[in-house]
Amino acid sequence: MSDVLIKISGLYKVFGKNPQEALAQVKAGKTKDELLVETSHTLGLEDINLEINRGEIFVVMGLSGSGKSTLIRHFNRLIDPTAGSITIDGVDVMGLSSSELREFRRHKISMVFQRFGLLPHKTVQENVAFGLKVQNIGKVERLEKAGKWLQDVGLSGYENQFPSQLSGGQQQRVGLARALCTDADILLMDEAFSALDPLIRSEMQDQLIDLQERLQKTIVFITHDLDEALRLGDRIAILRDGKVVQVGEPKDILLNPADDYVESFVKDVNRARALTVETVMKAPKYRITADTIGEALAQMKTLKSDYGYYVSDEGYQGVVTQESLEQALKAGSEESDTKDSVVDDVPVLSTQDLLENVLPETLDNAHPLAVVSEDGKLEGQLSRGEIAKVLGNN
Amino acid sequence: MSLSWLTEFPEMDRSDLLAIRKTLDAAYRDFSRSYGDAIESVFDPLLRFLVWFEQLLLNTPWLIIIAVILTIVYRASRAWKLTVGVAISLGLIGYFGMWDDTMRTLSIITVCTLLSIVLGIPIGILMSGSKRIQGIVTPILDVMQTMPAFVYLIPVVMLLGIGKIPGVIAVVIYAIPPVIRLTNLGIRLVDKEVLEASAAYGANRWQTLWGVQMPLAMPTIMAGINQTIMMALAMVVIASMIGVKGLGQPVLKAITNQYFTLGLFNGLAIVALAIIFDRVSQAYAKRAQRHLGGDHHE
Repeated sequence: MSDVLIKISGLYKVFGKNPQEALAQVKAGKTKDELLVETSHTLGLEDINLEINRGEIFVVMGLSGSGKSTLIRHFNRLIDPTAGSITIDGVDVMGLSSSELREFRRHKISMVFQRFGLLPHKTVQENVAFGLKVQNIGKVERLEKAGKWLQDVGLSGYENQFPSQLSGGQQQRVGLARALCTDADILLMDEAFSALDPLIRSEMQDQLIDLQERLQKTIVFITHDLDEALRLGDRIAILRDGKVVQVGEPKDILLNPADDYVESFVKDVNRARALTVETVMKAPKYRITADTIGEALAQMKTLKSDYGYYVSDEGYQGVVTQESLEQALKAGSEESDTKDSVVDDVPVLSTQDLLENVLPETLDNAHPLAVVSEDGKLEGQLSRGEIAKVLGNN
Repeated sequence: MSLSWLTEFPEMDRSDLLAIRKTLDAAYRDFSRSYGDAIESVFDPLLRFLVWFEQLLLNTPWLIIIAVILTIVYRASRAWKLTVGVAISLGLIGYFGMWDDTMRTLSIITVCTLLSIVLGIPIGILMSGSKRIQGIVTPILDVMQTMPAFVYLIPVVMLLGIGKIPGVIAVVIYAIPPVIRLTNLGIRLVDKEVLEASAAYGANRWQTLWGVQMPLAMPTIMAGINQTIMMALAMVVIASMIGVKGLGQPVLKAITNQYFTLGLFNGLAIVALAIIFDRVSQAYAKRAQRHLGGDHHE
């Protein structure tokens, strides 16, 4: 299923007068600090190897000076690397001529900037249509399309305002609409939400997630904020001093930090808010499949348990306990439907729930709760002990 | 030999110096004799335009001229007060008998300003695009602005004689530096992220220049044009010394004959023209860039 869209390998970037010579020294083992002191060249990126899959949000996280903004500018060659290759959708980006590169930027890849990068002398609608204007698309057509995207980001009615009349969040929506308007497959977002207030930022994150569900773009998102990275990222790369220290899914980063550096970040993260039930649940232990009370009781006995999850052909049905089965037996017979014995008010968790949201239910119940996928299948169980272990393990 | 070189600067021999001057002067004289006519003919279209424009301003009835100027003022500034002020100034200028000279000055200033813009903006654009060109042009501009105007009048007059064209050249040399400098500066000050955005969406050099750099640099460029107009007006008196007719000539006459009132009136007329040009161009620039300011109550 993983279909690699962007492949970066052996990427180096050295800033300075004679980067090739400095690069040779780096490859010979000189560190970033030594290079700066001895040759006054700055090592921006060191041996970056990344594979980004089609349709995922790939977050590059790092503090200022880690090279993340330099890295994102290599994807569309706003910055040229000193060494290394960049392949996007089978195209060797480094091999493009300047006119091919322009065409590539016009149709294949678009970008959202930290401080928006809007044209102050153009209206909001004209700003959104900028990418199409560059492609020499007629005015009527490009403004119509821009209007549609403005509506999609929730800014209809602002078409004829100028950017300076909008708030920061609204301006960034214009930036986002501009990026979407060219129908490029790849969206580069350079600290796109970092300049916004926390409240507006989380609103924009939600909007991005919503849009992404519909559009399935490939998004490369740069941030210095780990919470943001965990919230948005399907996968995250952590950058430090121009090197990738860890690449993985949010739960890998949180639960298995690669080194002390990553761990020091992860320490401050609110795990209850960052992890979903899916990432910490265990396989369901007690699965009752019998359709009659008698057989269910027998099954329960062999499982040596006093409760179980009743699963029929249609998926998860509910929790049954020794007690509820016996009561149902008294009321009916051994041939009665197992469904009749399901305990009423036991909550069910969904795989996508955040731990934070399921904390009360889980702690209230002595038995582990069932975790069910969107299509109703029993996927796992989550006990309060499990939750305590994950949240307490700092 | 004594040690006189310690107390007196070891000068070049007088005869050598004379020889240098003679050679250079002779060379330039020969150059202007053999190429003067050819160079003059290059400027012929400009001269014809100058004459035509001056005649147009002089021959059109004054009421029509005032009506046209007031229309331009109001269209550019949308300010009634300014328009009325301009009407009063023009009325006074005419009433004090300076109408024809004012029209001559207006015509040469307009032509000089247009010429400065047409030449200066492309030079400014080239400068902004290359450190090397900037390194070459900047010292030339410094010389143009500090060299006394009389000095570069000499070769111009030797080459082209006295008259309108040498006047225009002298005025343009003096007045063009601000528009060049501020075009260069304005383009260099354009927000880097907006430029990156332009590149990231695949804009080519031409699209970036006209769609992004020039519009964003426009407030600075307008300030340069404004300065250029003011400096052109300041040159009117000096230009009159080489035969440019207009408000400068009565001023010159007033200096040589100590006619205080004549000088004052014509001086005030130049000031009035300057204020009109300045206010109108500023008001226009302000109106054109209103949306850049972050006005939430449109």
